[in-house]
Amino acid sequence: MSELLTVTDLTVRLKMDSGMREVITGTSLSIAQGEAMGLVGESGSGKSMTAKAIARLLPDGAETLGSVVFDGVDVLALSGDELREHRAQVAVVFQDPRAHINPVRRIDDFMTESLRTLRNVPKGDARTRAATALEEVGIDDPAKRLRQYPHELSGGMLQRVMIATALLSEPRLLLADECTTALDVTTQAEVMAILDDLRRERGLSMLFITHDLELAGAVCDRTTVMYAGQVVETREARLLHGDPLHPYSAALVDARPDIDSTADRLRAIPGRPLSAFEAPSGCRFATRCSFAQDSCREHEQVITELDGGFVRCERAIELRGKVREGAHV
Amino acid sequence: MLQFIAKRLAMLVATLLVASFAIYGALYLAPGSPIAALTGGRTLPPEVMAQIEARYHLNEPFLTRYWLWLTAAVHGDLGESIPLHESVNTLIAQRIGTTLQLVLFASILIVMFGVSLGIIGALGRGAVDTGVLFASTVSAALPAFAAAVILQFIFGVMLGWFPVLGTGEGFVDTVKHLTLPAIALAATSTALVTRVTRTAVREELDREHVQTAVSRGLPWSDVVRRHVLRNAAIPITTVVGITIASLIALSAVVETAFALNGLGAYLVQAAQNKDFAVVQGISLVLVVAFVITNVVVDIAYALLDPRVSLGSRAQ
Ligand SMILES: Nc1ncnc2c1ncn2[C@@H]1O[C@H](COP(=O)(O)OP(=O)(O)OP(=O)(O)O)[C@@H](O)[C@H]1O
Ligand code: SF4
Ligand SMILES: [Mg+2]
Repeated sequence: MSELLTVTDLTVRLKMDSGMREVITGTSLSIAQGEAMGLVGESGSGKSMTAKAIARLLPDGAETLGSVVFDGVDVLALSGDELREHRAQVAVVFQDPRAHINPVRRIDDFMTESLRTLRNVPKGDARTRAATALEEVGIDDPAKRLRQYPHELSGGMLQRVMIATALLSEPRLLLADECTTALDVTTQAEVMAILDDLRRERGLSMLFITHDLELAGAVCDRTTVMYAGQVVETREARLLHGDPLHPYSAALVDARPDIDSTADRLRAIPGRPLSAFEAPSGCRFATRCSFAQDSCREHEQVITELDGGFVRCERAIELRGKVREGAHV
Repeated sequence: MLQFIAKRLAMLVATLLVASFAIYGALYLAPGSPIAALTGGRTLPPEVMAQIEARYHLNEPFLTRYWLWLTAAVHGDLGESIPLHESVNTLIAQRIGTTLQLVLFASILIVMFGVSLGIIGALGRGAVDTGVLFASTVSAALPAFAAAVILQFIFGVMLGWFPVLGTGEGFVDTVKHLTLPAIALAATSTALVTRVTRTAVREELDREHVQTAVSRGLPWSDVVRRHVLRNAAIPITTVVGITIASLIALSAVVETAFALNGLGAYLVQAAQNKDFAVVQGISLVLVVAFVITNVVVDIAYALLDPRVSLGSRAQ
């Protein structure tokens, strides 16, 4: 498969009142044409910032090092019309559709705006396409919905509108940032199934951000795990869940409440998740890792290839196949 | 919509009743008598006094007098000025134009400068924003009468660009005469509107839905116009409306300072002359104007924000 997106050694620092704050350190990941890449990790690990860097939506004053190449184009160097064209090709589905859709404009306007302004599609045509797109995401009576305002639709319905709209502009890459987290469980499953179907039909590439390893396993080809602003593991999605390489991935697997397991098996990872700027030197996970030893803290961990995956842990080979047992202790 | 307007009309009538009663009562209790003003302090023969008192119902009990006044007012007759022997309707009609023109002129200035400066400050950031903030701080600190005196001195006396007193005739001359008063009247409010606009636009710029618009690759001008300004228009319209309503009261100060023959200045003068009928009449006109402005704001608010149903701002 040819790579559509390649992120290499991406470091992002945000401008704060107190100076620059590092939120991502040397992240690398790639997404092939038609591939779905999961991105998991606890709160603050830098998932959203990675997506924002790819879509060039970082806050003002942010500093970026490394490179983001999309379809052969150096994304970090873009400006003006070329930057807008890049953004048009990368559609973002945000977590909270209610906040991310203008409340004072009709659904019709939201859905057709890109087509009308960027692709010069006549209003009537754009409307027809929007109606079809709504049907595709399972919304009845699209004509009526198009006339309504966002506050007249439920959260699940709005997220479908968001997905339908993202697909309408025929993007090359979809960035879905916890796009089902704000919905109730049943709606989550429905919306997820729709997104998965439509993406596969179109052979669209996707970066799928979630807290849920198992969900990533179900809808993605590969999964990248981030901790404290760094990638700690990248692996085939369906393998990661049962056979993780990194102690942190293993801990994430075990922290997840299984539907068919009893509550006492549910355990949280000890300690608090860290962000890049508060991470210790040496292995960033050492403060919470049950396999940590002195040498781990002495130097930065580097990413190495192992069994078809990539892992950032000096003990990975030695712990091969045993990381999950350790996480149980 | 109709139901809303009916409700607001009922409220207007209730407000007017309460206001008129309060004003009538206050004037009744105020020291001094309209006859003293009429006679200029001379003692009149008792028959003449009795005649005057009978004519203006001055001997009737308070409630009877209020009732007489009210029934006439409902029929559109605001009574007669005792000192001037003239109908209050005529006296108001002669002056309402000047006040309307002044308030309209000032409103245009407020919207033109307040809103655009606010937008420029919010979008410009840096030095531009600092400049806007500074200008609005200075102008906010300036009370209307001080602004009047300063403007008269600089542009009237020193530079001689604009007339300092009076109303003028014909369109151009009227505009010339009203320019300084309108600026004086608009100064503080323009500063307020500038600040509210700046804050509203800033807040809107930070909204997630604006980020969505940016993320779709829309041109910045579209993002600003269709999402930032469109949404910021909601709070801006509200504050502009309230501000314009407040100009109605503030116009008295400016009209007096510039010797304009308007309602506000006349209200002050009439109060000094104990010309109760005029005070009462003008007060009512001002209350009506204030309430109507508020209704217009409510309608605009509901039109601009689909999440809001008519009248919910008032509740
Ligand atoms: N606008 C911002 N200004 C400053 N720091 C920020 C900003 N947004 C996020 N951060 C910080 O950047 C770091 C990474 O945040 P990011 O949003 O990428 O995390 P995340 O992995 O998406 O977490 P979550 O699962 O909670 O969404 C965090 O430490 C966060 O506090
Ligand atoms: S390097 Fe050491 S501390 Fe870090 S994850 Fe591996 S075992 Fe744990
Ligand atoms: Mg996030």
